[in-house]
Amino acid sequence: MAKITVNCPNCGAPVEFSWASSVQSTCTYCNSILVRTDVDVKKVGEVGDLPNDASPIQMGTEGIYKNLAFVVAGRIIYEYENGGWNEWHIVFNDGTSGWLSDAQLEYVISSEYKGASGESIPPTHSIQVGKQFHWGDQTYQVTSVTQAHYKGVEGQLPFQFWDADDCIFADLRTTQGRFGTIDYSDGDDKPVVYIGDAVDYNDLKLKNVREFEGWTR
Amino acid sequence: MDQVSTAPPNIPRKNLRPSVVPKAVGLNCPGCGAPMALRTFSNAVNVSCPNCGAILDATDPKFKILQEAQRQYKITPLLPLGTRGKWKGVTYEVVGFQERTITSDGVDYHWGEYLLFNPYAGYRYLTEYQGHWNDVTVCRALPQQGKATYGTRSKDRLIMNGRTFTQFQTANARTTFILGEFPWQVRMGDKVEDCDYVSPPFMLSVESTGDEATYSLGEYTPGKDIWAAFGLPGSAPRAEGVFANQPNPYGDKPKDFWNLGGYFVSALVVLFVLSWIVSQHKDVFQENYSYRQTGQEASFVTPIFELGGHTSDVDLTINTGLDNDWAYFNLALINEQTGEAYDFGREVSYYHGYDSDGSWSEGGRKDTATLGSIPPGRYYLRVEPEMDPGHGVNYTLSIERDVPMFTWLWLALAALVVPPFFLTARGWAFEYKRWQESDFPIVTQSGGDDD
Repeated sequence: MAKITVNCPNCGAPVEFSWASSVQSTCTYCNSILVRTDVDVKKVGEVGDLPNDASPIQMGTEGIYKNLAFVVAGRIIYEYENGGWNEWHIVFNDGTSGWLSDAQLEYVISSEYKGASGESIPPTHSIQVGKQFHWGDQTYQVTSVTQAHYKGVEGQLPFQFWDADDCIFADLRTTQGRFGTIDYSDGDDKPVVYIGDAVDYNDLKLKNVREFEGWTR
Repeated sequence: MDQVSTAPPNIPRKNLRPSVVPKAVGLNCPGCGAPMALRTFSNAVNVSCPNCGAILDATDPKFKILQEAQRQYKITPLLPLGTRGKWKGVTYEVVGFQERTITSDGVDYHWGEYLLFNPYAGYRYLTEYQGHWNDVTVCRALPQQGKATYGTRSKDRLIMNGRTFTQFQTANARTTFILGEFPWQVRMGDKVEDCDYVSPPFMLSVESTGDEATYSLGEYTPGKDIWAAFGLPGSAPRAEGVFANQPNPYGDKPKDFWNLGGYFVSALVVLFVLSWIVSQHKDVFQENYSYRQTGQEASFVTPIFELGGHTSDVDLTINTGLDNDWAYFNLALINEQTGEAYDFGREVSYYHGYDSDGSWSEGGRKDTATLGSIPPGRYYLRVEPEMDPGHGVNYTLSIERDVPMFTWLWLALAALVVPPFFLTARGWAFEYKRWQESDFPIVTQSGGDDD
């Protein structure tokens, strides 16, 4: 089941599930959040007011990472006490999913790391700054633990994600400039690990980005 | 799902997020009513009123006041807010300024931090202290820890990107002035522990609040580069003193000089050997003489000989048969055509014998004098030997043309070695001044340990 187009069960507009991995999408006309199952597509919610963020990235932004072209397919928006950040769902042209996170214009590209066995990652109440994990050939050290809340979604996501509440994230770094995140948004006992790299905006060679009044790119 | 309609529905599309982000307009400070600008779109978390200095919540449509104005003085930043320039290949705008202050031994030291912004590339910083500038970015990697011991003291070290940084200074900094907008919470009086590590021209700074640490990397930057990039009027203020990560202007120069000196010395030796080889070493005159002090006038002249080639050196060798005796020779090399004379005198003495320490000797039977820069021509020697009355000696006078001059070699060597010594000393004095400002001043032998 690759790219499919359906009519929004709410307003009838065409809605795309562009990749085999797309599980959730939003109707760009009525902002219904749609989830596809094996048999049909149903409306599970509605996109609320999105925060007025100043990220240059938008749906359909294209870029290149490690010689692989990607396109921005969706995003999850989080807020915490010192601001907010976006997790952009990107789909590479080999069909794999990744995440481009953008926090105050600092960019990280990551993807899920399945090498960390669930048992070795402690629950949220005992994760703390300084704790180290050995994933692959690198030592990841927790540099911050953030309590954030889910603020909204946009576009297509590789999983259902529309009713989240408060989430705990632990950010990790290495001496080699690698990044890691332990994402507890599926629950305290279901941590998901993402690892990746900090990237320079210019290195991503982004196209179809937003424009800012008074600035040329 | 084969009955898909691709026609848009009969309802307007909700525009959730504009693809051209407009500038915020018509903003006023809720405290004093002064008009305000927002330069960083929705990235701003806090903004300070340029008029009254109140800190406002930039994420709140009403600009809620977070901290009432509490400025004790007003600073005009060297880089005015709103100034744009191309820096490190990106167009940046100056959007924020903070003054931070540390107090050491009752004296306040202030420095300025400028926040630069580009809506795509993000943020960057420039810091300034008494004319010394640093270009600062936040580190993405964690440093590795290390330690180094210097005598009884130990300094921490941090290794980042393959560079080793040495602990320089730890201070508690507080924010004493705020202008513009920031993507994080700022308040007057904010305190942070700042620990600096240096590896000129770089400085690694660790800012700690609670259990979180932020690492940033500064690169020492000449003020004139910033003035040029941001098109600022006039010229950058002169830098005072020596800054923590200022590159030592003598840094590699002594080393270069030592290296260069090495090349020159090698070159000199080669030149010397070559000139030795190509020298004519021509024996132009040799004659045996005998002298006995009889109290009568003993001067005589030699036959004329030819000094050929170009202006060069001449060696005169006196080889005597002296034995526990001395002789003095008044000599003049005279040009037969011009009458020009080179007067000189040589004493030859040779003594030897036995005493309680064994055999000893002093002086020698043979003496060589080198006359420099003698033009070619026909010459003769005037010779007047002197000895004690009744004494006599047999001797040979020989003249050799075009001999290499060792003296020049020694002078050239000295000339090559003195500058690097001088530069090394200057470089050391610079490092001394640098570390006097740190928590680890260099302790001189006479100064003793002040800990």
